[in-house]
Amino acid sequence: MSAKESVIPRLNVRDLSVHHIGPVELSVEKGECVCIAGPSGIGKSLLLRGIADIEPHDGEVLLDGVRATTYAPPQWRRQVGLLPAESAWWLETVAEHFTTVDEQQLQTLGLTTSILGTPVSQASTGERQRLALLRLLQNQPKVLLLDEPTSGLDPENTKRVETLLQIFRQQHQASILWISHDPSQIRRVCDRSLTFNGRSLTEQAA
Amino acid sequence: MNLIALDGIDLAIASLLVLALAGLSWILHLGIGRQMLVASLRTTIQLLLIGLVLKLLFANVHLGWVVLLASVMLLVAGREVMVRQQRRFTGTWGYALGALSMFVSSFLVTILALTMLIEAQPWYTPQYAIPLLGMLLGNTMNGIALSVDRLTQLAWQQRRQIEAQLILGYDWNDAIGDSRREAMRAGMIPIVNAMAAAGVVSLPGMMTGQILAGTPPVEAVKYQILIMFLIAAGTGFGTVLAVWAGSRRLFDQRQRLRLDRLRRSA
Repeated sequence: MSAKESVIPRLNVRDLSVHHIGPVELSVEKGECVCIAGPSGIGKSLLLRGIADIEPHDGEVLLDGVRATTYAPPQWRRQVGLLPAESAWWLETVAEHFTTVDEQQLQTLGLTTSILGTPVSQASTGERQRLALLRLLQNQPKVLLLDEPTSGLDPENTKRVETLLQIFRQQHQASILWISHDPSQIRRVCDRSLTFNGRSLTEQAA
Repeated sequence: MNLIALDGIDLAIASLLVLALAGLSWILHLGIGRQMLVASLRTTIQLLLIGLVLKLLFANVHLGWVVLLASVMLLVAGREVMVRQQRRFTGTWGYALGALSMFVSSFLVTILALTMLIEAQPWYTPQYAIPLLGMLLGNTMNGIALSVDRLTQLAWQQRRQIEAQLILGYDWNDAIGDSRREAMRAGMIPIVNAMAAAGVVSLPGMMTGQILAGTPPVEAVKYQILIMFLIAAGTGFGTVLAVWAGSRRLFDQRQRLRLDRLRRSA
């Protein structure tokens, strides 16, 4: 690794203010998983929306040292992939939302290819939640912004999601910002844990 | 065939029908009786005024007067489009979107018809220019009001789906594409229906008026066909323009869905 690469973080958030929250400073290294905890309604989701550039904001976000504004918006969002807490679907069947499906990933999530042909309305909430993650991973983002990706899932499926994300992180050296309210999950999946109070992020002791 | 002139008593008898309808809506608690009376009063006053204005205009043919009246008609139509929106654009966009789209479509189609099809001398002869523009503006106004209302409602209802597509790296144009197509269709359906039913289910108003005024039916029909085509073009192009511009306004430079640019009508 060159000296230049070692000092440039994968994701760098500088003075980011989204509506009433911030200004936030944050740095995530390549392949690092950072968890964010904090009270409900404090603005964690808004923070992720600001980083994904889906919400108007002040300040700047850089990916590998390059400003978000340098990228065309669709290009930025494919690289910095946001998984909202609630998934949304706009076509009739599951398959229509996918360009390619990685069967290995599908199996890791405990799903089979038969689900692809079913109407979205017939998939359960938990299935839709896992499929939304799979849909996001199609873009092979460099950074994943996960808004409570396992909320509402049973322990077995929670474990599957964690496993898939771990594999994806290792294979692609992806960085992850993971909002979670579950202390045991935070201990399991994160390299670093931060608490958000609506204004700033504070490091939690390991 | 001579024109049978109507007097005040004839109109008064016709107004009794509207009064009866307002009374019925009051009995049925439809909550539209007052609006109906105000609308019929507006119709009477507005039409009497335009009758006087046209009388003056026909006696003093001048491009400046025609442009002035056309501008007033456009300004009023722009306001009508704006007030019919359940969620209207904030700021000047709320007004300008409809008014500019109508200006581009209705005025261009009217000028084209006056100069290349009707070929009156001079081309802005008010007897042709004002009624033609009026019919085009009226229909285009309906099409644009319907379609922009549909667009903003859909964007609001489908906001999660639209944002989900943006998040996955879709272009704004693709993310709003389905809603935009549906909105455009909503604006064009009335004129398509009117053309499909013309002469079979309904006799269009202008043709009926000309026949009542003594014009030979075949001549009236030819004018009606011309008008229908012009209205279809004006409404269609105006709708496409307004919906496209409106859909663009729903996103900012960074292709974020900006529903804060809409406000709910009181």
